[in-house]
Amino acid sequence: MTAVDQRPAPAAEPPPRRPNRAWALLRNSWRQLTSMRTALVLLFLLAVAAIPGSVLPQRAVNAENVAGYFRDHPDLAPVLDRLGGFDVYASPWFASIYLLLFTSLVGCVVPRLLDHARALRTVPPDAPRRLERLPQHAAAEPRPGDPAAVAAAIKAALRGRRFRTVVRERPDGTWTVSAEKGFLKETGNLLFHFALLAVLIGVGFGHWYGWHGNRLLLEGTDVGFCNSLAQYDESSLGPRLGPADLPFFCLRLTDFHATYQSNGQPKTFGADADVQTEQDGPWRPVAFTVNHPLRLSQANVHLLGHGYAPILRFTDRFGQQQTRTVPFLPRDQMLTSEGVVQFPDVNIDPKTGKRDEDLQVAFEGVYLPTVDPAGGATSIFPAEREPALFLTAYRGNLGVDAGLPGSVYALDRGQLANGELKQVSGQRPQRLTVGQSWTLDDGTKLEFLGTRQFATLAVRYDPTQPLVLGGAVLGLLGLMLSLSGHRRRVWFRVTPPAGPEAGGGGSLVEAGGLPRTDYPGFREEFEQVVAAARDERTP
Amino acid sequence: MAELSDQLMAFTVLAYLAAMVCYAAEYAFGNRSHIGRAATRQLVGAGAPAEAVEPEPEPAPPRDRGALLGKIGVGLTWLAFALHLGTVVTRGIAAHRMPWGNMYEFILAVTLVGSAVWLGVLTRKPAVRHLGLFAALALVVLLGAAGLIAYTPVSPLVPALNSYWYVIHVSTIILASGILLIGAVPAAMFLVRTGYDAGKRSFPYTLGAKVPPAEMLERLTFRLHAFAFPLFTFGALIAGPLWAEASWGRYWGWDPKEVWAFISWVVYAAYLHARATPSVKRTTATWIALVGFVTMLMNLFGVNLFFEGLHSYANAGGM
Ligand code: HEM
Repeated sequence: MTAVDQRPAPAAEPPPRRPNRAWALLRNSWRQLTSMRTALVLLFLLAVAAIPGSVLPQRAVNAENVAGYFRDHPDLAPVLDRLGGFDVYASPWFASIYLLLFTSLVGCVVPRLLDHARALRTVPPDAPRRLERLPQHAAAEPRPGDPAAVAAAIKAALRGRRFRTVVRERPDGTWTVSAEKGFLKETGNLLFHFALLAVLIGVGFGHWYGWHGNRLLLEGTDVGFCNSLAQYDESSLGPRLGPADLPFFCLRLTDFHATYQSNGQPKTFGADADVQTEQDGPWRPVAFTVNHPLRLSQANVHLLGHGYAPILRFTDRFGQQQTRTVPFLPRDQMLTSEGVVQFPDVNIDPKTGKRDEDLQVAFEGVYLPTVDPAGGATSIFPAEREPALFLTAYRGNLGVDAGLPGSVYALDRGQLANGELKQVSGQRPQRLTVGQSWTLDDGTKLEFLGTRQFATLAVRYDPTQPLVLGGAVLGLLGLMLSLSGHRRRVWFRVTPPAGPEAGGGGSLVEAGGLPRTDYPGFREEFEQVVAAARDERTP
Repeated sequence: MAELSDQLMAFTVLAYLAAMVCYAAEYAFGNRSHIGRAATRQLVGAGAPAEAVEPEPEPAPPRDRGALLGKIGVGLTWLAFALHLGTVVTRGIAAHRMPWGNMYEFILAVTLVGSAVWLGVLTRKPAVRHLGLFAALALVVLLGAAGLIAYTPVSPLVPALNSYWYVIHVSTIILASGILLIGAVPAAMFLVRTGYDAGKRSFPYTLGAKVPPAEMLERLTFRLHAFAFPLFTFGALIAGPLWAEASWGRYWGWDPKEVWAFISWVVYAAYLHARATPSVKRTTATWIALVGFVTMLMNLFGVNLFFEGLHSYANAGGM
């Protein structure tokens, strides 16, 4: 800090100071946190913490189901909600577990990386005195050639098998060859753990800089949409993005086609579209399907679903006509579809030009692409073989401009309950086939002109996807190296023969091997190495 | 073709059952010392000091009814495997696609891999034969469950599955699951055997009397898991998200099946970790591996049957 610290210490032991204890505590906690046992506990916690997210409906996955859960469990749901039960993977407790785990990971792998870098630069140690004590041992064998040449030959053989080798000469004329292999195991292990970090960082940034929007798009060149938040039925922007950051493109669906098995199970879906990627630029035709999204620069368009939108023309009391094309949302595999068509601006007296709030009109009901001849309430085939609409008429105040944006797919139940909106058709819904018209009690008329198809699209962009993928692939590579590698050492000792053979040249070669990790196949490898060293010709 | 597949399926289960009966009979009549010796020989090859390696001459016990029954069991397992393979292949031919388009077919394929891995291990290490009873039991239980609660008539794929990722993603997960299925057998028997060695004599530890030595079981457990883990990582955490991105627009969305794949992955990672941590006992590590297997079963049965998700092939029956 300052010069004060550099004064020579007083002879007497300084009394232990408080900050030291805090420091020791900190250091111990850090050690605890970065121990493998802690990592283990945190891994377990992570697994356990993930479970509720599969049991409870999640907002990010399906908000409808969450709303349903609130309806079914009015007492429990708010409590669970406060605990983050419907946003498990964005909850503070889930985040705290994985952030602790990754802190532990950094604290663990950075020192290991340094150690490993050091280990890579150090040479294998000299042979132990007694090779026969090692798990693998090959007894001394004579071979021609003086020790230096034999040691060189052994080194060449080991090099050929990609061992890191060192040859040492001892004062007593003995030569030793030390060899080590398997550093890739630790390299792979570190690669794996760093790749995990890369994936986490990628996921985090993807959350910050990604966006998505969902949009229901009618078929037809007269309708289309351009990429902006207002055009989406539902959307979300990463916290670091503004509405102006969305890339420009416009899209219109020219044709949607689906084929089905005879049992109604879908066989293929396909969407043909025109896309414009520059303001006032040309439209270019594109096609995309379920597994093959339309990939634009910085936006991918995915086909998620489809359905039908009946075209309805209403003629009011004053002879004025309005035509609407309204998507009906499928509620089963056979595309039984529900919807509502609302006409808030009808029955306006041309004399006054004023809208009568009590003469608004709406029709609610289902559309069946193929009616059940037996009279069932649901469609029996998803394609339009025998289509019909079943509608109930309502008149009164729709409540659409009461300030709250109502759903475009359902009537305002409050208006029905308080009697401001009344059912004006009979008990049974009116059946309409294409081309038919229905005259209501007040002489107004509804005509069913046909349908258009629609597609539901998800438009998404996540700029860090390549990083996440790269991290995952490198991680897998590291994992495989780590799990398949074995660190092991082999030593050879080459001595000039003693006793009767002394002076006649030649050498005695003894070998030992040490697996440094659990390695069942080491004996075979050791034997092969010894054989290869024996067969290598002396230079 | 579809009926042929169904009939072969019935015979497959019968053959595994017969194999199981033979293994069980061997268990009852088997000559303990003989198996013990064979196992020791195997183990020695795996890393004990070199001096002990000399194979002792095999004193073939003159009339070892147990061993004969065991060998019949192995033969029946091969037969069952052939029938099993036939079931899966004919199913694929009948459906004109890879035979893993729904839960029934998925279980058929996973158990087929499990059976193949088991036969592979058995060929390389005949000493593990005494695990056959438990391996066959696992296969029979899973196949029975497939037939009883998940049976689905042959039908083509829904468009969402019509992708080459369907081949890559599902096949690697099947491979990994089959290996992990067989890996759970030595894991469980290792725990039984260590309990037996520690002097416990109540059920299920009594089963430990005749299984291979603990160390060998533990090593086999690790080898199988270490092999399957990267495969599972690839199938569930790389190929799966790649497909999800193409199909649903997001690579990871915490769909229930994704959640449980993540849980299994984390638990198996914890197993490998625990095994590499010197201060954690091998029995503790092995328990973690078994927990991992339970999470796999949860994903296969629990998620398919109880949760609603995007994975359409997860539907049991119907569809
Ligand atoms: C983020 C979660 C983590 C995951 C998913 C994970 C996963 C794994 C896996 C699968 C292995 C097995 C590879 C092998 O056996 O060679 C492994 C090994 C290892 N991990 Fe982790 N790990 C995580 C965090 C950590 C942390 C926080 C530490 C340090 C405290 C750590 C230290 C180690 C070490 C030292 C090994 C090598 C064991 C050996 O010698 O083989 N890991 N890890």
